[in-house]
Amino acid sequence: MTQLTTPPAGAPAKTPAPAPKRRRRGSGFGTMRRREKLLRYALLLLALVVTVGPFVWQLSTSLKGAGENIYTSTPQFIPSDPTFDNYLRVAETIPVLSYAKNSLIVAAMTVIGNAVGATLAGFALAKLHFRGRTLFLALVLGTLVLPGEVTIISQYVTVRSLGLADTLIGVALPTTVAMLNVLLMRAAFMAIPDEMDEAAVIDGASAWQRLIHVGLPNVRGMLSVITIFAFIGAWDDFLWPLIVLTDPQNYTLTVGLQYLSGAFTANPRVIAAGTMIAFIPIVIVFATLQRFFFRGVEEGAIKG
Amino acid sequence: MKTQRWFTPWLLLGPALVWLLVFNLWPAINTVVLAFTNAKPLGGGSFTGVANFERMLNDEQLVYALVNSIVYMLVCLPLLLFLPLLLAVLLEKKLPGITFFRTAFYTPVIASAVVVALIWTWLLEDRGLVNGLAQQLGFLTEPLPFLSGRWLLLFSAISLTVWKGLGYYMIIYLSALGNVSRQLHEAAAVDGAGPIRRFWSVTVPGVRTTMLLVSVLVTVSALRVFTELFVLTNGTGGPGGRTMSLVMLIQMYSRGFTGHLGYASALSLLLFVITVGPMLLLLRLNRKAA
Repeated sequence: MTQLTTPPAGAPAKTPAPAPKRRRRGSGFGTMRRREKLLRYALLLLALVVTVGPFVWQLSTSLKGAGENIYTSTPQFIPSDPTFDNYLRVAETIPVLSYAKNSLIVAAMTVIGNAVGATLAGFALAKLHFRGRTLFLALVLGTLVLPGEVTIISQYVTVRSLGLADTLIGVALPTTVAMLNVLLMRAAFMAIPDEMDEAAVIDGASAWQRLIHVGLPNVRGMLSVITIFAFIGAWDDFLWPLIVLTDPQNYTLTVGLQYLSGAFTANPRVIAAGTMIAFIPIVIVFATLQRFFFRGVEEGAIKG
Repeated sequence: MKTQRWFTPWLLLGPALVWLLVFNLWPAINTVVLAFTNAKPLGGGSFTGVANFERMLNDEQLVYALVNSIVYMLVCLPLLLFLPLLLAVLLEKKLPGITFFRTAFYTPVIASAVVVALIWTWLLEDRGLVNGLAQQLGFLTEPLPFLSGRWLLLFSAISLTVWKGLGYYMIIYLSALGNVSRQLHEAAAVDGAGPIRRFWSVTVPGVRTTMLLVSVLVTVSALRVFTELFVLTNGTGGPGGRTMSLVMLIQMYSRGFTGHLGYASALSLLLFVITVGPMLLLLRLNRKAA
């Protein structure tokens, strides 16, 4: 690998015409030197071990049978006799399937609520003129200054007074229409040029028709971004369901997992299997939709 | 453009308006109201004046929580300011397979904090992988009890937060790196500056604004930390409840017979006071970027 570090720069001396181009190559831009490439891959692999290694270790632990020593000082990443026993043990200890169902119900309510609520409001704020619009926007923006944890106690008081404490609706309700998503959808609708809309207005289209035929086809990108974020946010959330839910029957997966690790003398294999049950679905969602995901992050869908 | 009926916008705005009022504005107002009452999870709630705030002054646990928050912030800041930037620099070159690495590095971000904290509990256990490897390689002679003791617990939680945050800030830096002048890099290289020199004198100044954004984001999230500490200490807050965060205290007072929603609301107001500065700055930075 070392012999390739300098050569291209030396060559052009004989043929003066293409010299500038070649020299730029030699300095390491455009095409990269092989040594740098190898170094980069080595560092990338190191970072991969650090970031993904713990998940692999957990997956491996979850597949190790009762007969395999999981504490050995020479870590064994490949289970000697892989088994799904630990996953069955999770199901025997906690009602993990109904927890997963609960998480899914909460996530579904949040996704649908945000998709509908934020789209309608975003369209109205971006494309319709009416009194009170500026005030509404100012209030929405004002709410972003509050971290969710600040109002979590009074949210609980509200949910309790609605008779929804210890219910899944109570878990989903406060974030069913998130103000940040309203702002993001508004930005998406504002990016549609007015000329596209004007034709529809001249043709006498109603606000509703403009939303369906002009608006929606042009905001699909942002709509998928907010639904993915809503799903992951609801699926991963811990603090709020922990406060709202009291009956172990109603737990979502994250609260149930904490319950699994706290209430019983912990068997690391079973807890590992439990974490994988919560982790794998979100990885699948993420892996299939990551294209939208990264675009969303780059477009500023960053939750403070 | 005034072709719609007057109520059409309000029909469309309806759900968002309800949620704005019921689940955003009202809780904000009610937090202030509750902070002056003795409301309990099981009812009650008469006006008690500034009793909750007086209680705060004599709350030893609160002092621990605030000190923990400051340590959390001070340790997280430098690490999350530079490590993700290094990752982003590594991902910047369009090498084959780079998309795979980017996605993989982001995985800890999308995993639930509970899942991550349980994985780390297993890694950091006395007989876990970290202690095992450290002993194997001769860094340690006997296992380090990462999960007991106030400070070790706190630093374990911090390492977890840093690990989970790497990918998040990496993506933010990655989009900022696109704006760093390529010519400047080339000029520096022609002048004989090595990669480390160029990192400090071209890359870092080029992402200055983003570094400000990242440091504000890190500050706010360090002040809001909950799940990492809760799961690593199994909900206890460590020995004597000294490894708690402010949000953990708020949660603790939210339930059970010993719960005190009034006091929890007063603590929430305190959280608001210490986060409002960075949050306003964040809003400004985001608006400027947009």
